[in-house]
Amino acid sequence: MEHYNMNLTLKVWRQRNSKEKGRFETYKVENISSEMSFLEMFDVLNEKLITEDKEPIAFDHDCREGICGACSMYINGKPHGPWKANTVCQLHMRAFNDGDTIVVEPWRAKAFPVIKDLVVDRSAFDRIIQAGGFISVNTGNAVDANAIPVDKESADKSFAAAACIGCGACVAACKNSSAMLFVSAKVAHLSLLPQGSPERKTRVVAMINQMDKEGFGACTNTNACEAACPKEILVTNIGRLNHEYMTATFTADK
Amino acid sequence: MLDAKIPEGNLNSKWTDYKGHCKLVNPANKRRLEVIIVGTGLAGASAAASLGELGYKVKAFCFQDSPRRAHSIAAQGGINAAKNYQNDGDSIFRLFYDTIKGGDYRSREGNVHRLAEVSANIIDQCVAQGVPFAREYGGLLSNRSFGGVQVQRTFYAAGQTGQQLLIGAYQALERQVALGNVAMYSRHEMLDVVLIDGKTRGIICRNLITGELERHFGHAVLLCTGGYGNVFYLSTNAMGCNVTAAWKAHKKGAYFGNPCFTQIHPTCIPVSGEYQSKLTLMSESLRNDGRIWVPKKQNDARKPNDIPEDERDYYLERRYPAFGNLVPRDVASRAAKERCDAGYGVGSSKQAVYLDYADAIQRYGKIEAGKQGIHNPSSEQIKQLGDEVVKEKYGNLFDMYEKITGENPYEVPMRIYPAVHYTMGGLWVDYELQTTVPGLYCLGEANFSDHGANRLGASALMQGLADGYFVIPYTIGNYLADEIRTKEIPTTHPEFEETEKTVAARIEKLMSIKGNETVESLHKRLGKIMWDKCGMARNAAGLKEAIEEIRALKKEFWSNVKIPGSIDEFNPELDKAGRVADFIELGELMCIDALERNESCGGHFREEYQTEDGEAKRDDENYMYVSAWEYKADEQWDLHKEELKYDVVHPTQRSYK
Amino acid sequence: MTWKQVFTSSIGQKITMALTGISLILFLVVHVSVNACIWFNDGGQIFNGAANFLGENAVPRILEVGLFLFLILHIVQGLVLEAQNRSRRGVGYAIDYGNRGSTWYSRSMGLLGTLLLLFLIIHLIDFWIPSRFGVMPETTLADGKQVHNLYSLMQIRFQQGWIVIIYVLGCISLLYHLLHGFYSAFKTAGVYNKRYLILIRWAGYLFSIIVSLGFAMMPVSFYFGWVK
Repeated sequence: MEHYNMNLTLKVWRQRNSKEKGRFETYKVENISSEMSFLEMFDVLNEKLITEDKEPIAFDHDCREGICGACSMYINGKPHGPWKANTVCQLHMRAFNDGDTIVVEPWRAKAFPVIKDLVVDRSAFDRIIQAGGFISVNTGNAVDANAIPVDKESADKSFAAAACIGCGACVAACKNSSAMLFVSAKVAHLSLLPQGSPERKTRVVAMINQMDKEGFGACTNTNACEAACPKEILVTNIGRLNHEYMTATFTADK
Repeated sequence: MLDAKIPEGNLNSKWTDYKGHCKLVNPANKRRLEVIIVGTGLAGASAAASLGELGYKVKAFCFQDSPRRAHSIAAQGGINAAKNYQNDGDSIFRLFYDTIKGGDYRSREGNVHRLAEVSANIIDQCVAQGVPFAREYGGLLSNRSFGGVQVQRTFYAAGQTGQQLLIGAYQALERQVALGNVAMYSRHEMLDVVLIDGKTRGIICRNLITGELERHFGHAVLLCTGGYGNVFYLSTNAMGCNVTAAWKAHKKGAYFGNPCFTQIHPTCIPVSGEYQSKLTLMSESLRNDGRIWVPKKQNDARKPNDIPEDERDYYLERRYPAFGNLVPRDVASRAAKERCDAGYGVGSSKQAVYLDYADAIQRYGKIEAGKQGIHNPSSEQIKQLGDEVVKEKYGNLFDMYEKITGENPYEVPMRIYPAVHYTMGGLWVDYELQTTVPGLYCLGEANFSDHGANRLGASALMQGLADGYFVIPYTIGNYLADEIRTKEIPTTHPEFEETEKTVAARIEKLMSIKGNETVESLHKRLGKIMWDKCGMARNAAGLKEAIEEIRALKKEFWSNVKIPGSIDEFNPELDKAGRVADFIELGELMCIDALERNESCGGHFREEYQTEDGEAKRDDENYMYVSAWEYKADEQWDLHKEELKYDVVHPTQRSYK
Repeated sequence: MTWKQVFTSSIGQKITMALTGISLILFLVVHVSVNACIWFNDGGQIFNGAANFLGENAVPRILEVGLFLFLILHIVQGLVLEAQNRSRRGVGYAIDYGNRGSTWYSRSMGLLGTLLLLFLIIHLIDFWIPSRFGVMPETTLADGKQVHNLYSLMQIRFQQGWIVIIYVLGCISLLYHLLHGFYSAFKTAGVYNKRYLILIRWAGYLFSIIVSLGFAMMPVSFYFGWVK
């Protein structure tokens, strides 16, 4: 791999807090190595801003290995930037060329209000999980782990859905700011397992109610979410969610 | 002498006896007892969920925006449990024994045996919660071997076991939030413990969005705040991982156990430049099939594929023929460092060794060709078939490597180098997980208890969940049973006010320095001192230097740090400054501890104490104890020793040759 | 969970769209099949007969009422959803994700639907209203029956080039609306098996093209005198 250095122009959304209006600011960064990660490039910029007595740019990040789901930048019109199945923290600068202009925005959705600069409040996702994204089993109640066999295909599909990192890229990508991919991943994860079956009806209804309450849009099946998902959660999960929802509501007793 | 309160009696029945005799709290009283839990990783989330289920009033705090993001999520390989599903002779005793031996005989028999006992329950609990572990076609759970033990006892969910377990615990936690048993405070950082009449009665924390300080009362406080590997600046920890909560507790009287015991993981992606912010782990499972080598010639500038077979040094296979590439982490890490220091390192930095899959691809390719009935397969066919098998087993890891380095590991050997990964040390706790401060508990990686001087692979997840699901629900009752008469103490109590004032004063002091050096660069300098002098290999002279350098750095920090922004807003630089200030103090203690321990054991390698062929040399005569440090004053600590008694296992020199 | 709660939830509203959409798709099958009778090129004998059959019988007339109800529901619900969905973003992006993540027509169902609605109004004024309520030229079928001569009405209308263009544009809107709508309706209705989704995807493409092309070719055929 050939390494190179580059100079870039960054247009970054700056917003002091949730109440004030934001705007784009332009920054120049120089001598950025193609081996850096995108967030390390931001570290370099922030260090420079601090030494120049300017406010550094706030952005969410933590594990920097693509699993915690904290990082959330909308880069040049795409959640998590140009690479497929990737998070911002794993995006490396070799994705860009010398002289490029990069526009960085926060996730945009009313349900994800901006806290500062590129940091948004995603607690709506936690509340959706609180509504029903769990299996009601207290510690100590469990039977032997091998007491209930689970067919491998279901287990694998369940795992693929459970791989969701809750980053919110699906909401950011969706023209309706819908959280259906996120919700469907959780519903699929749990309803595919026999352990999750007893609560499948109440779960899906409660989670959808909460999703609506939080102000996410409806799903119009454009599949933009799947294309933006760093963990490649499949939109077939949304079909499964719809199925679960219809079964639950149409067969309800009252 | 410290009393670990390990129950008397036979090793097998200690925990059962304890559970049978500990005090209980009746349900009506539980509703009146408040428990504060700091940190929501595996230990914290599982504890919060379990205590919430029992009926305690729980408040849980995390600095992340959601409890689901705690760094337990990044654990890749798996979780051990003595289920013996594979019928390969595993048992509670074997898991116990392997953990004690792997820890180089520096952990407690009682604790480790309890860990092995509850390990099986953890798997049951997780499966019931909907954790999608890997399964066989028959629908039963799959296992793999890990970390060089001789049985298959590791349960896993692809390379994302930690994520799946954390999501399970997180869901259980959110369920309790919905039921009103747990109040969740995210983007909050604990900044001090409040003690009233010698007992823990609450915490002071900072709302990281508004910058406001908050007071919270609790009859007991549980610290589940993870490890402190970021003291090295570069580690496999998340950017936010810190020692602050544990350190504040330490300064309030909780002893710090074995601070110098850190685990350096052998298979990480090497540093690529000055700007590097963190290191990424490549699962230990890669050593099951990969071969590690360096060129036989020093400073060999050839490309790896141009170096012929007989000019390669498979140094682990050479030094440890019995275990080969599967030696424990501490041994593998030191061997890599030894080769690089001797001038055989590879890559542009020369601080890396090769992890090569070419042989495995060939081997799997031939097997696969045989399976498919292809006679005389061409070398391209073998390569292609082998690539497919390797992709199936390790695809996500190979993809990650390619994303970070831009190199294709199917074609070119991966470059790896050891990196700080886990800290075995932590707050000293007794058998009940209580620190030396009454009512203050410590769970998971944040405590020192179960891994001795070196942790085995797939044991961290096991310990975190054991503490949270199956240990603390019993042991905390034993303390809280005596607290039922304590009414909720209003947070206007003078001790709350006083503690908050101290916290506020420190933050103001930090902000008032207005110096010239950024927090990040000071942290980097601390990391460099620690890595060079208190890292994979240590010696007395270096440690003494390090202590002086850290003290100087501390002065510089407190006179020259530059923090932008203000207190009453979302200010990540200020958060980081507080954490780095604590890391600096911890760094000093780590070096003092490493200097005091005149032996080599597990992850602690003192160059003065090694065998002729460069292996760690333990000194059981003089150092068979846990070092528990009591904070006295700035730069002053007293050492307390907890003698380790081995009734069942007989310590021997570890040999992997 | 009351029915009201079900059908006012985000998924419930989508289910309404899907079910009404699927019934409109069924209607299109009938409509295009009947209209295709013009290509018998028999001066409209078969076509007028088929149209008369539909207009005269009780069952199709009752279904017609249902059709209109579903159509109105589809339109109203569609517009409501579109408005709701558009309001969810708040501050918009400076750079759009665009076609990198989805097709333009899947994101433009509201627009395409509105175009279709405009076209539909023109279309109803042209044919349906005169046939139901207005004065129509009559013709005699082979069996001596007096029926409305919709065929001649088409002949007259489609002499004018601009009307033909409007119809062709309407059919293009229909094509893209169906390209997404067909597949989307089944997914919303809860189909998640990959094998069926693939089937539906291709059936949707085929259906959309055949139906839209079929409709578009009708005015064109009259305009160029391919049918007389």
